[in-house]
Amino acid sequence: MAWANQDKTAIVGVGATDYYVRGKSWPRTINDMAGEAILNACADAGISITDIDGIAYYSGAGAGYLDKFDTASLMETLGMPHVSFSASLTSGGGGCPGAIGLATAGLMNEDAKYMVTLMALQQLPQHRLGVVFGASAPNPENSFLQPSGLVGPGHLMSVLARRHMHLYGTTQDAFGEVVMATRANTHNRPKAVRKAPLSKEEYDASVMLADPLRRLDFCLETDGAVAVITTTMDRAKDCRHKPAVVHACAHGGTREWGRAFAWMGMPDPHFASSGHKFTADRVWAQSGLSARDMDVALIYDHFSPRVLMQHEHYGICEKGEGNDYVLSGKLRYDPATGGGVNGGTPVNTHGGNLNEAYIIGMTHIVEGVEQVRGTAINQVRDAEFALVSGGPASLPVSSLILRSA
Amino acid sequence: MADVTHYGPARLLPGDQIAITTNPDTEPFWQAAKEGRLTACQCAQCGAFRMPPTPYCPECQSREKNWPTLPGTATVFSFAICNKNPKNGEDYVYVPVVVDLDGAPGARLNANVTGCDAEDVHIGMKVAVEWTPIQDGWVLPNFRAMTAGA
Repeated sequence: MAWANQDKTAIVGVGATDYYVRGKSWPRTINDMAGEAILNACADAGISITDIDGIAYYSGAGAGYLDKFDTASLMETLGMPHVSFSASLTSGGGGCPGAIGLATAGLMNEDAKYMVTLMALQQLPQHRLGVVFGASAPNPENSFLQPSGLVGPGHLMSVLARRHMHLYGTTQDAFGEVVMATRANTHNRPKAVRKAPLSKEEYDASVMLADPLRRLDFCLETDGAVAVITTTMDRAKDCRHKPAVVHACAHGGTREWGRAFAWMGMPDPHFASSGHKFTADRVWAQSGLSARDMDVALIYDHFSPRVLMQHEHYGICEKGEGNDYVLSGKLRYDPATGGGVNGGTPVNTHGGNLNEAYIIGMTHIVEGVEQVRGTAINQVRDAEFALVSGGPASLPVSSLILRSA
Repeated sequence: MADVTHYGPARLLPGDQIAITTNPDTEPFWQAAKEGRLTACQCAQCGAFRMPPTPYCPECQSREKNWPTLPGTATVFSFAICNKNPKNGEDYVYVPVVVDLDGAPGARLNANVTGCDAEDVHIGMKVAVEWTPIQDGWVLPNFRAMTAGA
């Protein structure tokens, strides 16, 4: 059955700072960068900061991994007169596109008129996500994980990738193709951190950080902020750009994925998966669409194997067939035709977390908006539907389908 | 897959770098470890195992727990090969393994494996518990390959 809120709201503004290599944003502060992203999003939407009256966060209103946003601080910083919605999805980056569903819930409840969703990230040495797990004080639950030396997300993802290789014959060559295929989309993007084309030889020479994963299988560590503004369709019509219509949105997950990926108790076939099947099935049910209907897929890519595994959960390919799908070049974008390659759906036309910047998923929403507006740098011709995913991470993970107006 | 990297012997992370904490739900596991007894949290009502230990059985919601003595053997379910000591960044080859515990279906532990070269660790490999003293008098279950290179 179609989602009750289908096509009732739209993303009307996107804004960002520059993207900085980890730690290089200093002496800017988190609120400085968040403010720039919000003000840029307002300008993009053609509204005033004083119109913003709701904030729909994810990641527990996290600003990076150790800082938290505070709504009152943002109001005081930017001069927002009042706020009538302030809420967050829990856990981490998996909730990123799900926050647009949270914004929609608030809008449809008439709590607020213009909702901002944002992330700012500043990875000062003590804030590096790569070491956050290991540096955190032992607690009764992580005492069953930390002592094994699985101290970063990459270590954990490596264990999941290994199982996928064991069960389905997946190869490191496929992980490399994920990185190379999406790297090919950044050469013409001024803000991208990694722009040089990547050869297989360079990928194979990348240092092994957690076998089977190499440094280049890990996403970038970057600083910056991104904000997007969601409003109702009637208000969206008065904004500057063509609305990016919220067609379907879901967050959540199942117990079999459970406390993954800092848990490792998931039974097969959930262990060697992206944990996305639940929200994937929900957005397909909400929309009546399937993977074949997507013109472009903005797939959360904190680690290259997770792109492959999400393809299996969204039904872009069958379970266990991710390796062959990826290696057949089907993730690639062909600038000559503005379409896919070899019958595939172009993935991460912005370069993704692996190559452009990692702002905990927000750049994927921005690219989805630009694609359905028709203004993307690597525009997919006549893009009508864009899939945006968040996670895999600790639940909730989330899924969003944007539609051109 | 590309050619196999030669890492050499898989080492256990040094116990003096490792600290844990407990709560009333998890402490029986660690107390048993101090006695050299590998256990896992089992529901006393329906028999289902769960790890790490939690207050309720997710299958039947009972709060009653058993802490049976397990054989101490396990099977490697998956693993990574790491080459830096996470505490100081020095070169250090260790292999975090996720193991299925014999005698406790559904219960897993995350640990290190030793007794073989890192590149010889494989999914399905049989391992046996090996106890590592850690900080504050606690003892950590790690694992040793049951047949070197097997």
